[in-house]
Amino acid sequence: MSAHTRTARANPLPKDPFTKVRDSKQRYRAGVLKYAQMGYWDADYEPKDTDILVLFRVTPQDGVDPIEAAAAVAGESSTATWTVVWTDRLTACDTYRAKAYRVDPVPGQAGQYFCWVAYDLDLFEEGSVANLTASIIGNCFGFKPLKACRLEDMRLPVAYVKTFRGPPTGIVVERERLDKFGRPLLGATVKPKLGLSGKNYGRVVYEALKGGLDFTKDDENINSQPFMHWRDRFLYCMEAVNHAIADSGEVKGHYLNVTAATMEDMYARAEFAREVGSVIIMVDLIIGWTAIQSISRWARENDMILHMHRAGHGTYTRQKNHGISFRVIAKWLRLAGVDHVHAGTAVGKLEGDPMIVQGYYNICREMKCPVDLPRGIFFEQDWAGLRRVMPVASGGIHAGQMHQLLDLFGDDVVLQFGGGTIGHPMGIQAGAIANRVALEAMVLARNEGRDIRAEGPDILGDAARWCQPLRAALDTWGEVTFEYTSTDTSDFVATAVAV
Amino acid sequence: MRITQGTFSFLPDLTDAQITAQVEYCLRQGYAVSVEFTDDPHPRNTYWDMWGLPMFDLADAAGVMAEIKACRVAHPNTYVRVNAFDSTRGWETVRLSFLVQRPAHEPGFRLDRTEAEGRTIRYGVRSYAADRPPGARYSPDEGV
Repeated sequence: MSAHTRTARANPLPKDPFTKVRDSKQRYRAGVLKYAQMGYWDADYEPKDTDILVLFRVTPQDGVDPIEAAAAVAGESSTATWTVVWTDRLTACDTYRAKAYRVDPVPGQAGQYFCWVAYDLDLFEEGSVANLTASIIGNCFGFKPLKACRLEDMRLPVAYVKTFRGPPTGIVVERERLDKFGRPLLGATVKPKLGLSGKNYGRVVYEALKGGLDFTKDDENINSQPFMHWRDRFLYCMEAVNHAIADSGEVKGHYLNVTAATMEDMYARAEFAREVGSVIIMVDLIIGWTAIQSISRWARENDMILHMHRAGHGTYTRQKNHGISFRVIAKWLRLAGVDHVHAGTAVGKLEGDPMIVQGYYNICREMKCPVDLPRGIFFEQDWAGLRRVMPVASGGIHAGQMHQLLDLFGDDVVLQFGGGTIGHPMGIQAGAIANRVALEAMVLARNEGRDIRAEGPDILGDAARWCQPLRAALDTWGEVTFEYTSTDTSDFVATAVAV
Repeated sequence: MRITQGTFSFLPDLTDAQITAQVEYCLRQGYAVSVEFTDDPHPRNTYWDMWGLPMFDLADAAGVMAEIKACRVAHPNTYVRVNAFDSTRGWETVRLSFLVQRPAHEPGFRLDRTEAEGRTIRYGVRSYAADRPPGARYSPDEGV
């Protein structure tokens, strides 16, 4: 490494720069060693069942050896600093050092390497996502010898998972509370995103729920603004929700956004949501890990379903070479404890390769995730009974895609059609009816054994014959697709696929 | 009105052939099918009356259809639904539930609004039918 200098030494160091220096006197002489020599690289290390394992996708600077880069990442995300320190010897330092144990070139990406690092369980505080993230991503991503670094996947040992409460409600109990089984749930974000007053906002909620949706929702940036104070929104929304419940005989809800400037304000809003009888609240990812765990605990103590909008994730999840893969965010959110999380549509307006998105859904929903490289799952993950998170598909989807959505994602998903309900030519109720009929017809057909991927358009067309709102929806949006090449695809399929 | 509880309520009422196909799907998935009925369709009425036990060991849709028909005969003019239960670990819950009979006339629900502190309203949803005692809630001659 060109940036490193050496002090004169009486005893020369081993020639191989990747061998751990075993002689203590040499190891702890003041000066600079390669990270691989300090113990952060160990090709013989056998990961323990209790270790947290992390996969980094590293692009070293030109001239930086990938093994040294992996060791540096391990070091700078555990105990190391840039020079030898004698105080290491006051600790059981071999335990606390993270070990990079494997480096593989990324298929088809010159200069990029998968680096596998193991961390001892004692490095982490129990039950704290804030501590986990501060440890793993708090330091090494800014390291100069790396051009880029992405946190690709993480294996959480059962011993660690068991220190978390996890989702307050989970898919099973949510469905039991709503009394809705055997089909995806339907939602819609109120549109326009900003500007409606409380009373007008409630009108949109009423129309959409009465028409047939299960949920409506606040958008991520609806908090409390000059055009609508949050208390007015909460009051008008619950009037709309309860009126729609009486009209239909079904349980319905509106995700009331309790995101606010301070935790104290969030608690005040959540309390009011409970007071007005809501079944569900929502928060935005940008409130941060500490706030997320706090509100998750509150939600469990108040029998409230907690919806997570992944606002802001796109700033760091989209580019393959740098940032954090959303699958890791999904894992952290399941630990921290949310009941719903936006996880992608694959066929809508926002980024998401279908296979990679299915990987996110599996992280949310399965009790045990096997290794699945085409879906971007690098580690087997046992969730140790942590409740299942309901993924949410939201963003530019419409009734004409119902067969694709059901085929890709199955039943345990919330399908949210904001524009696709509110923009219906016959009105909002008609938009909701169209979506509900399309969904139920597709589920019926799938259960009967029909191939919905191939026959989907016919199934929709048949239902549209007796359902005029669906006919109008298909005529308005049937041709709309969002075909762009994905920025984040698996390295283990042949080419990026335009959806 | 038409209560839209259950998975297929927005479609025209299922024919027996369609119900059979759904039951066959449930059996293929390894679910235990059961039949329930009620005359109190409040959305939070969790425990409908059980028409026998879940049919854990049944492999044939015809057996389920016979129970559905028997329930309809015994309880005409009430809500009857089919549930499919999945006992696999991590689920242990109902995985499909849909109506297979409704009363001829569904009077629907009243929304009660009770003013509370500030501008808060306490909402109550009351079924018009449940204003009458059990057994006398739905008359075949009513409404239409």
